Amino acid sequence: MEIPQELADHIDEVITHYPVSKRSAALPLLHLVQEHFGYISDEAITWVAAKLELQPINILELVTFYPMFRQSPAGKHHIRVCRTLSCAMGGSYSLLDTFCKHAKIEKPGGGHHAHLLKSPDGTYSIEFVECLASCGTAPVCMINDDFYEGVSEDSVPELLKKYP
Amino acid sequence: MPAIVRTPHPRERRIVFKNIDRAGWTTDIDCYLKDGGYEELKKALNMKPEEIVNEVKASGLRGRGGAGFPCGAKWGFIRPGETKPIYLICNADESEPGTFKDRYIIHQDPHQLLEGMIISCYAVNARLAYIYIRGEFPLGAKILETAIQEAKAHGFIGKNIGGTGFDLEIYVHRGAGAYICGEETGLIESLEGKRPYPRIKPPYFPAALGLYMSPTIVNNVETLCDVKHIIKMGGAEYSKIGRPNNTGTRLLCVSGDVQKPGYYELEVGGLTMGELINDICGGLRPGRTLKAIIPGGSSAKVLRADDRYKIKTKQPDGTTVDEEIGIEDIRMDFDNLAAVGSMAGSGGVIVMDDSRDMVWALNNINEFYAHESCGQCTPCREGSLWMNKITTRLLDGGGFADDPDTLKTVADNIAGRTICAFGEACAWPTQSFVAKFRDDFQAYASRNGRKQS
Repeated sequence: MEIPQELADHIDEVITHYPVSKRSAALPLLHLVQEHFGYISDEAITWVAAKLELQPINILELVTFYPMFRQSPAGKHHIRVCRTLSCAMGGSYSLLDTFCKHAKIEKPGGGHHAHLLKSPDGTYSIEFVECLASCGTAPVCMINDDFYEGVSEDSVPELLKKYP
Repeated sequence: MPAIVRTPHPRERRIVFKNIDRAGWTTDIDCYLKDGGYEELKKALNMKPEEIVNEVKASGLRGRGGAGFPCGAKWGFIRPGETKPIYLICNADESEPGTFKDRYIIHQDPHQLLEGMIISCYAVNARLAYIYIRGEFPLGAKILETAIQEAKAHGFIGKNIGGTGFDLEIYVHRGAGAYICGEETGLIESLEGKRPYPRIKPPYFPAALGLYMSPTIVNNVETLCDVKHIIKMGGAEYSKIGRPNNTGTRLLCVSGDVQKPGYYELEVGGLTMGELINDICGGLRPGRTLKAIIPGGSSAKVLRADDRYKIKTKQPDGTTVDEEIGIEDIRMDFDNLAAVGSMAGSGGVIVMDDSRDMVWALNNINEFYAHESCGQCTPCREGSLWMNKITTRLLDGGGFADDPDTLKTVADNIAGRTICAFGEACAWPTQSFVAKFRDDFQAYASRNGRKQS
């Protein structure tokens, strides 16, 4: 695993935000690692643990707990559709299906949170997430770090075109 | 997709949301300074910290995150002459379903939050502060980081602020998608780099044993913004807004089946539920009737539209009178929503009309809590999943005739039996939906004619 100098410097700077305990930097470091590599590998877990003078289990238990961290790559563009009550009332279940259809993602039965669903060519991945805190403009979604509100099913093809 | 911008409703009283959707308003510090920004900080730095605490106490400000605890009293828990370092954390983990107010402060008016935070840090003598922002606000985190750099460049954060000898550093800390991090002791554990398992109170009241086992004040975004305005107008003046014990303005977030969902800043208790829905939010869709309202975020107990609610009303001469009111007459404040058996919570009002299936709605909420239980306490870890399984099987046609009773039993065995208030948060929806819409649940449960016991 290669950490480019720029990322290494950023990581060192972030650790200074926590003068009392380096362990506090665990979440920020995991965010940085995931942003760079697309997911958090076993090797990355060991690396972050060593960096913060912790055991790998101290980091692994975070990766498996916090929903935003993943241990395998997502698609090139990652879609998060809000599943919770106000968005569900606004049609988010049907919106998820529409995204899947246009992104060519096959949706199996079963739990909504089971696994990240991916398109065969790896361009898109999608997941249902819990409340994104914009209930007044339901339904809402995120594509990568971009937020979209009041998303109509008709707008999905155009929206996906922005993320080739 | 352009952001949905709305002009304030004439009945609104915009104090905290003054700059939200304001024409020409930007997030940079020059815009904020031109509008008189950081003047209250300068005023506060000329006051003694205990004077600020007293102003906040006098204001009657109650926390806007959900519990409604008096802010001044919370600050007062820091012991005078405390020798351990004191920390302040801004809870920007906004994640209670139905709530979407802090999002706009963070994304459109970050300096207002910073100014409120710096004043609050000075008041409680905190030299290190964190903004714990939910992971799903990546842009918000960047905006706040930029704002902190700008405030540092202007000497509002850093060493010897305003020549007072007061030093302060503020950092942004991103969560990673876990609702339980909104619970203050879970948040603290998370900020320490651990799984966010809430701590038991006592002894772990954050004001005594918080971050790194030091005294810590955790306040919601909106609460910290209110502090700025309390300094501006004075605690006594602020307390005249709203109603006794329910002072100030409140950001109400309305979603669901109304014509104009959105955020509205209103005097606390300044209007009734009916006025909120019909006058402010444009009423229901044509031809629909009201079925239910969740008044304070998804964990608040649901109110049934055709129920009558018994409340005690205080008269001007101090006596109380028993009154029976309908849902539309409930005054939107902490005390009245508690009196009708629910809560003002985080200000998230979810409206459901007669097109909604209550079993479906509860199942949606149950799925949320089943996903978000941290798993530390057995009743909640197991019970939240059982409740979700039962409402799912009711919907899927595999229910048992006694499922409504089973739901109630499971919920009753979670509430009050867990380390943190998540137990109540996940039990209250099930308890209230089943109690108030028993027939809807029974109709599903009796379809097969099967009994489990």
